[in-house]
Amino acid sequence: MGNVKLLSGNEAIAAGAYRAGCAVAAAYPGTPSTEILENIAKFGGRIDCEWSVNEKVAMEVAVGASIAGVRSLAAMKHVGLNVAMDPLMTYTYIGTNGGLVVVSADDPGMHSSQNEQDNRVLVKFARAVQLEPSDSQEAYDMTRAAFDISERTGAIVFLRMTTRTSHSSSLVDLGEDYEYGDAGSRGYVKDITRYVSVPANARAMRFRAEERSKALLAESEASEFNREFIAEGSEIGIVTSAVAYEYAAEVFPDCSILKLGFTNPLPEKRVRKFASRVKRLYVVEELDHVLRDAIECAGVKTDRFKTELSMMELNPDRLRELRREIMGDGSAAPAPKRSLPDFVPQLPTRPPVLCAGCSHRGVFYILSKLGATVSGDIGCYTLGCVPPLSAMDTTICMGASIGAAFGMAKAGFRGRLAAVIGDSTFFHSGMTGLLDVVYNKGGITVVVLDNRITGMTGHQDNPGSGRTLLGEPTVKTSIAEVARALGVRRVREVSAYDIPALETALKEELDVTDEPSVVVVFGSCVLASKRNVGAIPDSVDSAACKACGACFKLGCPAIVRGEKVGERFKASIDPAACIGCGVCSQVCRFGAIRSGKTAGNLA
Amino acid sequence: MKDTVNVTLVGVGGQGILLTSEILGRAAALAGFDVKKSEVHGMSQRGGSVTSQVRFGRHVYSPVIPFGETDVLVAFEKLEAVRCFALLSPGGKALVDVREIVPVTVSSGQQVPVADQDGVLARLYEGRAVYTDSCAVARKLGNMRTSNMVIAGALSMMLDIPGECWVDAIKARLPEKIRDINIRAFEEGSAGLSETSV
Ligand SMILES: Cc1ncc(C[n+]2csc(CCOP(=O)(O)OP(=O)(O)O)c2C)c(N)n1
Repeated sequence: MGNVKLLSGNEAIAAGAYRAGCAVAAAYPGTPSTEILENIAKFGGRIDCEWSVNEKVAMEVAVGASIAGVRSLAAMKHVGLNVAMDPLMTYTYIGTNGGLVVVSADDPGMHSSQNEQDNRVLVKFARAVQLEPSDSQEAYDMTRAAFDISERTGAIVFLRMTTRTSHSSSLVDLGEDYEYGDAGSRGYVKDITRYVSVPANARAMRFRAEERSKALLAESEASEFNREFIAEGSEIGIVTSAVAYEYAAEVFPDCSILKLGFTNPLPEKRVRKFASRVKRLYVVEELDHVLRDAIECAGVKTDRFKTELSMMELNPDRLRELRREIMGDGSAAPAPKRSLPDFVPQLPTRPPVLCAGCSHRGVFYILSKLGATVSGDIGCYTLGCVPPLSAMDTTICMGASIGAAFGMAKAGFRGRLAAVIGDSTFFHSGMTGLLDVVYNKGGITVVVLDNRITGMTGHQDNPGSGRTLLGEPTVKTSIAEVARALGVRRVREVSAYDIPALETALKEELDVTDEPSVVVVFGSCVLASKRNVGAIPDSVDSAACKACGACFKLGCPAIVRGEKVGERFKASIDPAACIGCGVCSQVCRFGAIRSGKTAGNLA
Repeated sequence: MKDTVNVTLVGVGGQGILLTSEILGRAAALAGFDVKKSEVHGMSQRGGSVTSQVRFGRHVYSPVIPFGETDVLVAFEKLEAVRCFALLSPGGKALVDVREIVPVTVSSGQQVPVADQDGVLARLYEGRAVYTDSCAVARKLGNMRTSNMVIAGALSMMLDIPGECWVDAIKARLPEKIRDINIRAFEEGSAGLSETSV
């Protein structure tokens, strides 16, 4: 049976990079791509790997390693590629030395993202090769092949993953010879005309890049990742890629399918040949009409359909709807009823919330109490926008909180205004925004929520945590010191669990508007530091509780409704959920909550 | 047997659903089936609902189970069992654990709980569900964290995957320290279910 394992797409990419002899890997975490580097790290340092501070740096580290002659990989979620576009767009002119593979993981349906951009558009724009795995075996095989293609052609090779291909698992035959494929180094030879992209050199590079496109087309036409499945006698042909192929194969077993794995550049001859065998040609792809447009640009007419497939994640049900439309043969069963029987009442929802005892909660409680307008950012703390806290006004992209708050201030916004940003996000792209505020004489307050971890994506280390991806100790960068070095004079550090001190600090700083201020709120992540294990929970003295509801305004999942008093409820604390952080006891004006004791180290 | 068997596991973050589905996937692979397992991570650690899907058979294409085609629905929590009923195929069966986890939206009073949840549950799944009390078994074993393996044990009685494949999958997946207690939990789970008829 060979060496077969049940692997997620992300695990398969890590295994493929290992087998191919990748020497350097860099990434910034982002769902659904995060586990790629986490799995590469398990190869015990055989591959030099790092959490970069952001995706641009990750791309640059991988580019540098490629220039020096070794195989390198950069991984990021789709929006991460926006950050990394700059080095990409020029290294694609320069061309690789050691193979360079970039994993870009899209999130159709926005399971955990702020948009659903289709990065295949960017890969085409960057004149890079695009491989689209449909399952974990292909993720493994394509990762291995990607390094070879990159070294043969000088092109940067992208693996386009999606939440579904990254996070679903399927069987992978790693091969009997599975071991680190030491590819060595191609060496670096100084060549200014090749590596220095001043205009004079860049013009020549531009033509070389165009030449490379021809070689890539030949690679694409010959690629084993493009395959026809011919259903004899079928008039219908479907061109598809990635996980959409799996859905198409399931729903259209009686139609011919051209499965494209090497999608940029498009293997035009293969498509034309396939098109000539069928009467009707449909393109089934997830998100934008990238394949369809490329096929039509190649002069092949495709048949259009009305079923809407270009937004949100695909699934077999949506393809069955397409089948009903284009085959109209009733062979697809009608869609099952999605609603529950009438006797089932409206069900309460179960949205994600800030954890019980989360260090982010108190800050939002105070900001809400102070009536502050909050220019927010991306991380666990974005959950501060959820009722009852409802303490976030805007969220755009990582790092945007600071620049956007500054812009609001410039626009004449009156009232208390704060930018709120997490530690990892601050290092990622908040520092430049803060420098801009200092330099341009702004007066906003920046609140950095320093939980010493990249929480949202599952607790990755970052420059403030004092540990590397491999868990080795390293310099622990202080956010307060960074702020001072950037020129901020009003810098304060406050514990996330000292509510009165937090209120004083935030009120004072928000009311100073003629110079910038930074409030670093520190308190370690409950989950990452396991402060929930062995804690003594807070508890409510029901006799003293006046049912005023103040503690309910914290939105803590451990504070639940107790005894009913008229129209209101006394508070009660679920000892199984509470970690004894004591924030609610500080919010209670009647001294009705006894503070417990949290386990582990708060700061 | 049907060409592809579809199992959907639902519950709340932190209940060990992803581990259970991984053990199921590995057990099915050891039994010689093609397997695909799919889940959406992300906010699950923060108290949201969690769903994992496992499909196994001769050859599995889509990692996603078509709506309403789940053969075996495993609900780790009662409200989620009610919520996910429509996923079940007309001939499908369910395994429901009697655990109840009140959502924050209810405990904080923003939304109302389901009146007579047990009645609704029983009526929905009449004749199609078996019930486990995994927490009671895990408590008896002295390790609450094994409750998911109790459910796995019960599930093993509803699928055509040999018991030894399950045990091998647990052995391969779990560190030595907690291996035996989890295998015991698995065995208790399967014994418990064989007594209650489906
Ligand atoms: C450009 C970009 N890269 C990555 C992500 C994924 N992502 C969302 S929030 C976040 C980090 C949040 O960490 P931190 O700022 O420390 O806040 P916490 O979650 O710990 O509260 C990441 C990596 C993203 N949304 N955009």
